[in-house]
Amino acid sequence: MPAVSKGDGMRGLAVFISDIRNCKSKEAEIKRINKELANIRSKFKGDKALDGYSKKKYVCKLLFIFLLGHDIDFGHMEAVNLLSSNKYTEKQIGYLFISVLVNSNSELIRLINNAIKNDLSSRNPTFMCLALHCIANVGSREMAEAFASEIPRILVAGDTMDSVKQSAALCLLRLYKTSPDLVLMGEWTSRVVHLLNDQHMGVVTAAISLITCLSQKNPDEFKTCVSLAVSRLSRIVSSASTDLQDYTYYFVPAPWLSCKLLRLLQCYPPPEDGAVKGRLVECLETILNKAQEPPKSKKVQHSNAKNAILFEAISLIIHYDSEPNLLVRACNQLGQFLQHRETNLRYLALESMCTLASSEFSHEAVKTHIETVINALKTERDVSVRQRAADLLYAMCDRSNAKQIVAEMLSYLETADYSIREEMVLKVAILAEKYAVDYSWYVDTILNLIRIAGDYVSEEVWYRVIQIVINRDDVQGYAAKTVFEALQAPACHENMVKVGGYILGEFGNLIAGDPRSSPLVQFNLLHSKFHLCSVPTRALLLSAYIKFINLFPETKATIQEVLRCDSQIRNSDVELQQRAVEYLKLSSIASTDVLATVLEEMPPFPERESSILAKLKKKKGPGAVSVTELEDSKRESSELNGAGERGPDPSVMAASNASTPSPSADLLGIRSAAPVSTAPASAGSLLVDVFSEAGPAASSGAVNDDGFLRFVCKNNGVLFENQLLQIGIKSEYRQNLGRMYLFYGNKTSVQFASFTTTVSCPGELQTHILGIVEPLVEGGAQIQQVLNIECLTDFSDAPLLNIKFRYGGALQNLTLKLPVTINKFFQLTEMASQDFFQRWKQLSQPQQEAQKIFKANHSMDTEVIKAKLLGLGMALLDNVDPNPENYVCAGVIQTKSQQVGCLLRLEPNAQAQMYRLTLRCSKDSVSKRLCELLAQQF
Amino acid sequence: MIKAILIFNNHGKPRLSKFYEHYNEDTEQQIIRETFHLVSKRDENVCNFLEGGLLIGGSDYKLIYRHYATLYFVFCVDSSESELGILDLIQVFVETLDKCFENVCELDLIFHVDKVHHILAEMVMGGMVLETNMNEIITQVDAQNKMEKSEVSASLKICYLDQIQ
Repeated sequence: MPAVSKGDGMRGLAVFISDIRNCKSKEAEIKRINKELANIRSKFKGDKALDGYSKKKYVCKLLFIFLLGHDIDFGHMEAVNLLSSNKYTEKQIGYLFISVLVNSNSELIRLINNAIKNDLSSRNPTFMCLALHCIANVGSREMAEAFASEIPRILVAGDTMDSVKQSAALCLLRLYKTSPDLVLMGEWTSRVVHLLNDQHMGVVTAAISLITCLSQKNPDEFKTCVSLAVSRLSRIVSSASTDLQDYTYYFVPAPWLSCKLLRLLQCYPPPEDGAVKGRLVECLETILNKAQEPPKSKKVQHSNAKNAILFEAISLIIHYDSEPNLLVRACNQLGQFLQHRETNLRYLALESMCTLASSEFSHEAVKTHIETVINALKTERDVSVRQRAADLLYAMCDRSNAKQIVAEMLSYLETADYSIREEMVLKVAILAEKYAVDYSWYVDTILNLIRIAGDYVSEEVWYRVIQIVINRDDVQGYAAKTVFEALQAPACHENMVKVGGYILGEFGNLIAGDPRSSPLVQFNLLHSKFHLCSVPTRALLLSAYIKFINLFPETKATIQEVLRCDSQIRNSDVELQQRAVEYLKLSSIASTDVLATVLEEMPPFPERESSILAKLKKKKGPGAVSVTELEDSKRESSELNGAGERGPDPSVMAASNASTPSPSADLLGIRSAAPVSTAPASAGSLLVDVFSEAGPAASSGAVNDDGFLRFVCKNNGVLFENQLLQIGIKSEYRQNLGRMYLFYGNKTSVQFASFTTTVSCPGELQTHILGIVEPLVEGGAQIQQVLNIECLTDFSDAPLLNIKFRYGGALQNLTLKLPVTINKFFQLTEMASQDFFQRWKQLSQPQQEAQKIFKANHSMDTEVIKAKLLGLGMALLDNVDPNPENYVCAGVIQTKSQQVGCLLRLEPNAQAQMYRLTLRCSKDSVSKRLCELLAQQF
Repeated sequence: MIKAILIFNNHGKPRLSKFYEHYNEDTEQQIIRETFHLVSKRDENVCNFLEGGLLIGGSDYKLIYRHYATLYFVFCVDSSESELGILDLIQVFVETLDKCFENVCELDLIFHVDKVHHILAEMVMGGMVLETNMNEIITQVDAQNKMEKSEVSASLKICYLDQIQ
């Protein structure tokens, strides 16, 4: 008999579903749905009490409508009523509705909690399971508060039914994940660990997920699970396929549980106890041996289950990284899979080998498979597999095989799937740099990259080749010759023009002796590309031209002619116009000596971590970068005091300091469309300009320092605006949580393509983007994005928002500081004068106080000051300070880890137009940060 | 952890969606569309794993799927799950549906969404696997049906009595 008989369905529901399925158009469907929604709403609101059957029918209809993608904003109360019914069918459907349409409405949760409480204490196992399911599905904080202490009791009680135990284990796991602070294991720890010994395999299956999660967070308390897991595993592995009856899946005993046991063991180092370790090694050997036995069934399920265990065993062997024998066996096994006819196995083998490649015992063994892997890259039909092959090639690359691997990856790039090209480009660039013995090979490789996949070459990649060429004089002549040749191609990528312009501008003299690449030929070649390029590239070329005037005085007249023509000197783009005017003036008034000084060859870049590597890490997350590479990069960066992964690129500052003390705002002139300065250019700013286009500068500094400060005391407004884009924000904060709405408006009439945004934030904050923006923003359109913010502990660095898009072919890259400041998490605290001063005295340690005396930047109007202080988020206390001119405020900053009490006193001196600002907080870093932020507000 | 379980047909019509992490309705629908787009363009005979779409968390998550006749079964999981293990789990789910509905087909899923949810709930809870033994799952489902039946016949009797009176 089928477990679900088809006759018992609800007729009304079936009719409704059929109606929907018969709708000819989307409009008809929506109409039918709206009619039904109206009907259900009136039924729910009607005076006549509905029987359970009807309620169930309507709730099912709502579920169906919801599945089709329509919002359901009612019916929750009816569902809650169903929960409290004594009938199983009604209760069941009520719980289903709640778990599918979870609603964080706390009023509702309270009602649900009531019903759950009743069901949990009902001692009816079916009802208890329904209730536990509901908690696990919703998992809200309110539920954790209500039930976190109850569930462990159910889990370990002797008289609990097995099915309830299973549900209780997973329910507890969910609560632990959402609110770890509320789930106190302490006294239960040992009994939970011993669930691994439970007779019922289902209980073990559920419990092991719980134990694994708890072990990851508290390895010491749970370490007794290791020996229990080993003995359980050993019993399963050595059992005959019939021993475990129902838990044998296609002749494999308990595959799921075996995998989970092997995963649990990966939370710990190899067992110290010799007997346990021996037993485990025996298990692993048995698993490897079984892989060689003939299959007990031809069904794919049989081999899947067997191999699932095998791959987990291999992961454990790699994790231990201490048994050379097992490692080599694992590697050989994976080698076999690389050529297996099952695509899934080839995929997984490539993936496992990636981790194996970083172990010193097996690196060489992995390398022997290079031909197979290259072949996979060339011939696999499936892009997911090819991607794993590319990852593995990257992981197995070292000095001995770098040239071969880079060449293969380059040739693969020509046909690679679009989705992985950018990553491939980064990897090729990194390998080429890391293993370059002879730098002409490196230059060739990168220029090839630009030729083959120019669109996917990010700025970091071509900045990097320029940095390296500038820093290594043995390759400069070769680089000049090669770019010159590359530029001969009738259609070359704009990135090639950028590299070419920069390198010829610096080192064109090294090839000028050859009449085929005489100065004028070089100039004409570059200028022939000029009109096809975007504004930033043109700006770079103009800088290259002025450098030519210095390198080759004979080109001066020609270049001045070009600069003087209307399309340059009256260009509608302010940046181009400014450059043309300034360069023309500079070349005509400055003496040769001055020119030579101003336009001197760029100084070497300070050595630092490759910006490309940082980018790849960001792209893949730290876990994806192999161990050797991390060590290498550590070595690299240790020499140069910390080029961090996050935040503004330190080279910006380093390089600009080296050449000129000009303010860094100039560096970003091009992107933020700085106002035209008509003053004759100073020598300093020119150099910086040259740098800003071609150096690694413009990519990462945040451009909105002023905008950022405007938001300290307010939450809404325009964060940033230039000629292309306007960004508005609206934000709201409650306790340690915040939500920010970002509005991106396209001010042009042209579409922005590949529009992406990312947020990077300091560790003390957590941000979560809800919903990814569409990659296309039409001209004149505005799109919205929502960001959730959680403050873990106090912080001073603001999160950075990076925006990238293509506008008319040119990649725009913008980094903004998001105005999330520590004061956003203030809660008002009202207090009387006496309390205030008492607390003020309590916070009297010198480091708890921060004080600043500063000149007023704005009018000292009382109302304005008050509004700002209120905007700050603290309570403005009246009648506290004996001097009525002064302002005092109090508030508590809410972070996840702690609360910081803060007191503020602002003393204006109207005559001197000065303020004295004093802050006292229970945490000294907070006093300092608030003082810095506020001193710029008044 | 399993982040979401999606079933849709060859045209992308959702037949079951179960999210174990909270998203708003719009995002859920976008995730279903994105996932359908990623999965449906793949040939038969390629591997059953791919990196998750952007909305679901990108390369930190994998989509593991199987295609049966007119339906795609997709599990979105994080790196703590065994890929082949999840493939087996999908198989267990489908075999269970097949037993419960007797030769399950797309229409069964359409007209009995609630049943499908109940069966799934016996296997996966809060994103973690509760039970992998098909007989155990079916026993639980059977027990539920019995309770349902007895309640239905009880209420029928009452109706019948009402009519007599």
